[in-house]
Amino acid sequence: AINIPKTTTLCYKRLLFHNLQELRHSASLANKVFIQRDYSEGTTCRFQTKFPSELESRIERTLFEDTVKTLNNYYAEAEKIGGQSYLEGCLACTTAYLIFLCMETRYEKVLKKIAKYIQEQNEKIFAPRGLLVTDPIERGMRVIEISIYEDRGSSGSSSGSSSVSGSTAR
Amino acid sequence: MSAVMITRKVRKWEKLPGKNTFCCDGRVMMARQKGVFYLTLFLIVGTCSLFFAFECPYLAVHLSPAIPVFAALLFLFVIAMLLRTSFSDPGVLPRALPEEATFIEMEIEAANGNVPAGQRPPPRIRNVQINNQIVKLKYCYTCKIFRPPRASHCSICDNCVDRFDHHCPWVGNCVGKRNYRYFYMFTLSLSLLTIYIFTFDIVHVVMRSVDNGFLNTLKETPGTVLEVLVCFFTLWSVVGLTGFHTYLISLNQTTNEDIKGSWSGKNRVQNPYSHKNIFKNCCEVLCGPAFPSVLDRRGLMQEDSPASSTSAAPSSSSSSNPMSQTMKTTAPLIPNEHTPDDAKPSIAASAEKSDSPKEEDPPTPQVPPLASPETEADASLAKDKAQ
Repeated sequence: AINIPKTTTLCYKRLLFHNLQELRHSASLANKVFIQRDYSEGTTCRFQTKFPSELESRIERTLFEDTVKTLNNYYAEAEKIGGQSYLEGCLACTTAYLIFLCMETRYEKVLKKIAKYIQEQNEKIFAPRGLLVTDPIERGMRVIEISIYEDRGSSGSSSGSSSVSGSTAR
Repeated sequence: MSAVMITRKVRKWEKLPGKNTFCCDGRVMMARQKGVFYLTLFLIVGTCSLFFAFECPYLAVHLSPAIPVFAALLFLFVIAMLLRTSFSDPGVLPRALPEEATFIEMEIEAANGNVPAGQRPPPRIRNVQINNQIVKLKYCYTCKIFRPPRASHCSICDNCVDRFDHHCPWVGNCVGKRNYRYFYMFTLSLSLLTIYIFTFDIVHVVMRSVDNGFLNTLKETPGTVLEVLVCFFTLWSVVGLTGFHTYLISLNQTTNEDIKGSWSGKNRVQNPYSHKNIFKNCCEVLCGPAFPSVLDRRGLMQEDSPASSTSAAPSSSSSSNPMSQTMKTTAPLIPNEHTPDDAKPSIAASAEKSDSPKEEDPPTPQVPPLASPETEADASLAKDKAQ
């Protein structure tokens, strides 16, 4: 199982907290958008770059697309079948895959890079716009969940009518 | 609030839905029925023990000491592969959290448009085009997701598994994306081990019979008879299975697809995942990247007891679920199977009082991962609130 080290989670939380500090008295979870997987190229992990309408007023299309495209590139790198993956596979087989107990696989290394990238993007781009991107691995690599926060004063009744449940908020 | 909330940290595997059993604090994941797995283990270990006890001393002396050594290595490899297949996560897809499920439902309803009353809504299917082939993605009503291509829901384990091959009772687990190669190596090495033991049993009996006579040999090494019997029956089944899976791998198909005839060729339907090259297909399945588990089994989450305010879906944060703490005072508590009976009337009363939807804003900011009192960021948040 993947365990993001506690220090990374802690840093993530701290930075996120500071960036959302100005919204802290009024920020409330208004909605969540789920970017679905793009299966047009098979079962490799890829997300759709279609810009959701809910984000139209919140973030520039190019920034969003760049983020998703970079994530797609990371996943393609992790799942690439080539010389290195063959070597890793054959070497691991000769050790009866016991080597996986002590060595980190290439996929796990890339997942760590992805976690760091998402943290940076949240801090630099998404949090100032009142958005929060969740790492897809926490959603079973099915969706990229983007939480939209609203100023409480401006949202009025819209957040109350939203059908999302706030009980497992992330 | 009349119910007293005691929050405690639990590992996420304790709250995972589905019919799996977990051992070693979430490190091991298996199906519920393990009886046949124990039988497999018993047969392999038992037969090999007999081999080492009866045949090996004779063969080591009369033929070569390499024979028991190689047998021991092969035996260890078989056991390692078996345990790896049985104990690992086959590629279970976690169920959709409520927000995601609602989002998908809304999309489905938007796609279906207005269904006249009394008519059944159309089946929930999404079409995707993969390699010029239309693949239908079915909706899983249990997991509330559209299954990725090649995923299937295992009714025995009650999970959707990615690249689902089959549920194997002999290994006590599903065989899916993450453990298929270990399963294949297990069947392959078990075939080799069975052939090896069978061959050397025969060699041993022949060599000894030349000296002592056939019946005396059987009397001296009664274990041989048992081994030959077990190996004979195992040979046909395991070697056959290995051959079948080799065929599937060369075509990049799963057992599930083969049984359903998904790519059987009628209606010009072809396997869109195959590289049309046997070598490439084998390399992808056997030497592809080692996929990580997306089920964070050993992550920690908060659990409120005696009454939980959330559904059974696991929380996402690795160390806290602040909503359950901040929602203590405002959210209606949902009685579930864990709620003791005496708390239920009070829950009903409070449910009537606080009828607000779950996202009514509590006085604290709803920044998700921060409100746990366990981290420094949250301590400073609490300090800021106090100011």
